[in-house]
Amino acid sequence: MAHIETTDPNGYKPNQEIFSEVLQSLAAGDRDIIAVTSDSRGSGKLVPFGKKFPEQIVEVGIAEQNLVGVAAGLAAAGKKVFAVSPACFLTARALEQIKNDVAYSDNPVTVVGISAGVSYGALGSTHHSLHDFAALRAINNITVVVPADNFETARATELAATTNSPVYLRFGKKVMNSLKEVNDDTFVFGKGRVITEGNDAAIIACGETVFPAVQAAKLLAAQGIDVTVVSMHTIKPLDTDLLAKLAQQCKAIVTVEEHSVYGGLGEACASYLMQHGLHKPFRIVGIPDEYTVTGSQQDIFNHYHITKEGIADVVKKLL
Amino acid sequence: MERIDLLKRSVEYRKKILKYIVGAKAGHTGGSLSCIDILNVLYNHVLNVSPQNFSSPNRDRYIQSKGHCVEALFVVLADKGFFPEEHLETLCQYKSHYIGHPTRKVKGVEQNTGALGHGLPIAVGNAIAAKLDKKDYKVYTLMGDGELPEGSNWEAALTAAHYKLDNLCAIVDKNTLQITAPTTEVCNTDPLDEKWKAFGWAVKEVDGHDLEALKKAFDSLPFEPGKPSVIIAHTVKGKGVSFMENNLKWHHGVPDKEEYALALNELENSIRKAAV
Repeated sequence: MAHIETTDPNGYKPNQEIFSEVLQSLAAGDRDIIAVTSDSRGSGKLVPFGKKFPEQIVEVGIAEQNLVGVAAGLAAAGKKVFAVSPACFLTARALEQIKNDVAYSDNPVTVVGISAGVSYGALGSTHHSLHDFAALRAINNITVVVPADNFETARATELAATTNSPVYLRFGKKVMNSLKEVNDDTFVFGKGRVITEGNDAAIIACGETVFPAVQAAKLLAAQGIDVTVVSMHTIKPLDTDLLAKLAQQCKAIVTVEEHSVYGGLGEACASYLMQHGLHKPFRIVGIPDEYTVTGSQQDIFNHYHITKEGIADVVKKLL
Repeated sequence: MERIDLLKRSVEYRKKILKYIVGAKAGHTGGSLSCIDILNVLYNHVLNVSPQNFSSPNRDRYIQSKGHCVEALFVVLADKGFFPEEHLETLCQYKSHYIGHPTRKVKGVEQNTGALGHGLPIAVGNAIAAKLDKKDYKVYTLMGDGELPEGSNWEAALTAAHYKLDNLCAIVDKNTLQITAPTTEVCNTDPLDEKWKAFGWAVKEVDGHDLEALKKAFDSLPFEPGKPSVIIAHTVKGKGVSFMENNLKWHHGVPDKEEYALALNELENSIRKAAV
């Protein structure tokens, strides 16, 4: 098992901050980079961006439908647009604009869902986005990317700026530890990133749940169970080659996500495996279909056992 | 274009709208007939858009928010040479690109529309981009009065005024009827001029079938420097065919053989009258 830095968050940042820093460096060299915000520059850590590049930020006020429509119009006129708003509003209230004005019209907007999942855990279901993977997976022509650590977020932001098609980028507020000590791997959309390797089981996770998955792998390793952990940062298109390989080499598969257990990463994997005859013991860890408990993000993760112990238990029960 | 040529063109467009709706056995007849004079003036007098310059970043932009009246747009685009008119014989057929709403699969269409309340926000984005790039192209969007209750329109109206988009012109095809009933009964948006003014727009009202009045209105854009402009075009749903005018049945009614013959006859007569 590779050495993994799993304990010390010092020096790491929330992915939202990394996004903002990378966007600033991109904007410095390219006047066509535009951030569109809906009174969301504070949450999106884009205040410094707005100060440095006042001509490259378009503020529409609290109006998410308009945010996405305006972003589509800017992109249609050649701008490289990042439409930034809390994922809960962006992918619900403006879903029709994402579907029609961005995806269907093929306007290359990067729709950036910030403070995603249960980042705003204590604020209640209005502020949770546990539906966005499901909703966007069912929409043609949008790549759905959920980076886990700072490295993935930086690369995903850079890639989105050069991808001439719609992208949904989703991350949260939590300080994210680096998953690898040395980030020398190639990051591309649609290819999962293998964090640890082992043939007993595979844990396929995304976003802020990859870290507890890696911790679970450590716990399991101490008990003699070797686990592959994958950061499946691209939910769509799914890395089905990697998935098939894992299904062939591992005895069980567990998926983990900060999303409803309906329609997200887990069901995407299950669908592929089932339809390709790759039948292995399989469980989806996520937020169940119920009135979601409130509290901090960590409280909610604890409640639904999206923790190193919870994930490790699920793996052990399958073996 | 001379007045008489424009008049004749409007009649020819109306005949073609009916022809292709009859052929497809589907279409939005009443609304296409109400907005066709606006499209005629836009494409033959106002817009710097042609098949030759359609990929130029400096072209004017036209986004049809009331996408269901696509038949009006298609006959005008065909007339302007964006595609051979016979393509419209496939309207609404299996795998045709000429579907019941505009899509960019058809040359000359700027944006895919169909869901209402989407045109104006996209047009605002286009217009902001023009300002950022210091380009002098203009952005136009045609809206129906029935789609105005969509809140996204008013979100975009605020943004347009906030950014002082005097390179943007919205046209409201105010034919006063929607699928259920008169718009005043479904969700009254009157007084419309005052609403747009309150949102920071400069407003002109015209007879949406008076080609000269439309030309004059477009020629005077922007109506006020530093403000987006809106033309409230008073129109008649089903305009040009007496039995279709102001009759809800023709929102998406398709004429039968006899009705089609009657309609063509009326339209031919109107050309003869115009020529006198």
